[in-house]
Amino acid sequence: MERIPILKMGKFLLVTIQVDMHDQLALTLQDDLTTRIAKERSRGVLLDISALDVVDSFIGRMIANISSMARVLDAETVVVGMQPAVAITLVELGLPLEGVHTALNVEKGMALLQRRLAAGHG
Amino acid sequence: MKASSRIAGVIHTHEKDLLVEWVKAQLAASTLRGDLLKEADLREQSRTFLSGMQAATQKAGSEDVDGPAWADVKSQLNELSRVRALAGFSPSETATFVFSLKQPLFSRLSKELKSDPEALAAELWSATVLLDKLGLYTTEIYQKSRESVIERQQTELLELSTPVVELWDDIVALPLVGTLDSNRTQIVMETLLQKIVQTSASIAIIDITGVPTVDTLVAQHLLKTVAATRLMGADCIISGIRPQIAQTIVHLGVNLGEVTTKATLADAFLVALKRTGSSIQKVGGAETA
Amino acid sequence: MRQVVREHAIGQGFSLVDQTKIVTAASELARNILNYGGGGEMIVQPLAEGVRRGLKLSFIDQGPGIPDIQLALKDGYTTGGGMGLGLGGAKRLSNEFQIDSRVGAGTRVTITRWK
Repeated sequence: MERIPILKMGKFLLVTIQVDMHDQLALTLQDDLTTRIAKERSRGVLLDISALDVVDSFIGRMIANISSMARVLDAETVVVGMQPAVAITLVELGLPLEGVHTALNVEKGMALLQRRLAAGHG
Repeated sequence: MKASSRIAGVIHTHEKDLLVEWVKAQLAASTLRGDLLKEADLREQSRTFLSGMQAATQKAGSEDVDGPAWADVKSQLNELSRVRALAGFSPSETATFVFSLKQPLFSRLSKELKSDPEALAAELWSATVLLDKLGLYTTEIYQKSRESVIERQQTELLELSTPVVELWDDIVALPLVGTLDSNRTQIVMETLLQKIVQTSASIAIIDITGVPTVDTLVAQHLLKTVAATRLMGADCIISGIRPQIAQTIVHLGVNLGEVTTKATLADAFLVALKRTGSSIQKVGGAETA
Repeated sequence: MRQVVREHAIGQGFSLVDQTKIVTAASELARNILNYGGGGEMIVQPLAEGVRRGLKLSFIDQGPGIPDIQLALKDGYTTGGGMGLGLGGAKRLSNEFQIDSRVGAGTRVTITRWK
């Protein structure tokens, strides 16, 4: 079965989305991720979407779900690498993405996660 | 139908003379652009139009210029108006092409129907209505062509007037000058986001000192820009808020949410520096005191 | 499907942002067809009006139809556990939007974007 790989980076997990997500794949990812967070006791998730040139409400929902589930497991999620055209389109589309943190790239995303942990968030 | 086949007939019989007289009228018109149009080209365009008109009136009369029989004539006028619009002719100069045909055509019709004033009146009426429609058509096409030129120029101007500067490590600033409509907002967002990616900036300062009015729409556009910037992982600070603007914002009930606002670009810069972990220190002082 | 729309958009000279907008709108509508329409088809129509160029996409399904279109266009409304942004979102991302739906007879959504 096709799966999105999850990389462990210290206290955090890195997920890089590079393929077209369909329902099954999204569900599997959410499953795998929650399992992994619990297993590694990760404190943060980096969701790399730099390869996505289209983000519609389905992907948006997936991102929001991952963020919520991670938070329940005491981990913060940071979405990194959004392409400018995608950002502009998302704003027009009206996708709220409440409470989802973002960063320009993986490096900044990690820095953000470190800062938030140190400051005692989550 | 009897009326308009007369026009076809007249053109058919007197085509050569009509052409000569018509071209002469165009060349003599005060609206001729000798600098933009050569006589040979004018002659050729006129010849084509005249024979097109002959064929169309022969086939379908002069009533319905939107019908298929008139497609060729309209297509020629379309091309002609477009070219003249882009070359810098005025609308009158372009429409003269059609309108100057009236005089020669009417005089031919008058001669032909000398003995039948009623028929002549009907013919003249048909002819004038026909040429008016065609003349107005050239004006419409002219307008559309000019509009697309203006649109292109506007876009170029917008792109030039949206300079994003890298103020410091991690900090970019965008001084907005002029109104913020939805077109401009698109360009602003694209330019700003691109620069953020380029410089890996964490903070974007949008200065609106040069924005004359902030109404609900402008506020919406600003908030959209802020939202897009946030999605890229950068924070926004809006500076240059004049007292009147602050009042307007409150009166309109615009919700700026969590966006930090500062009165001046300088203040915004200091906040940005602090957030990115830098600060400004005065050095020395004893010598200059 | 997205690739096809993207290629057509590029062919009509759309800017990157405009391409993304119409491909995203198409993605929303195509998902609707899959999730609610039981399958369907998309028709792509490049447009040219004088100097203007555009792209018209039609999404047709023979599904159950939408009983209350106004309600369906409202953000947040969803019968499928999604974010409820499909129709409204596609409308916002397009210059022109038309919807025709009858209960029991299927749905047709047409969007147009101009360069």
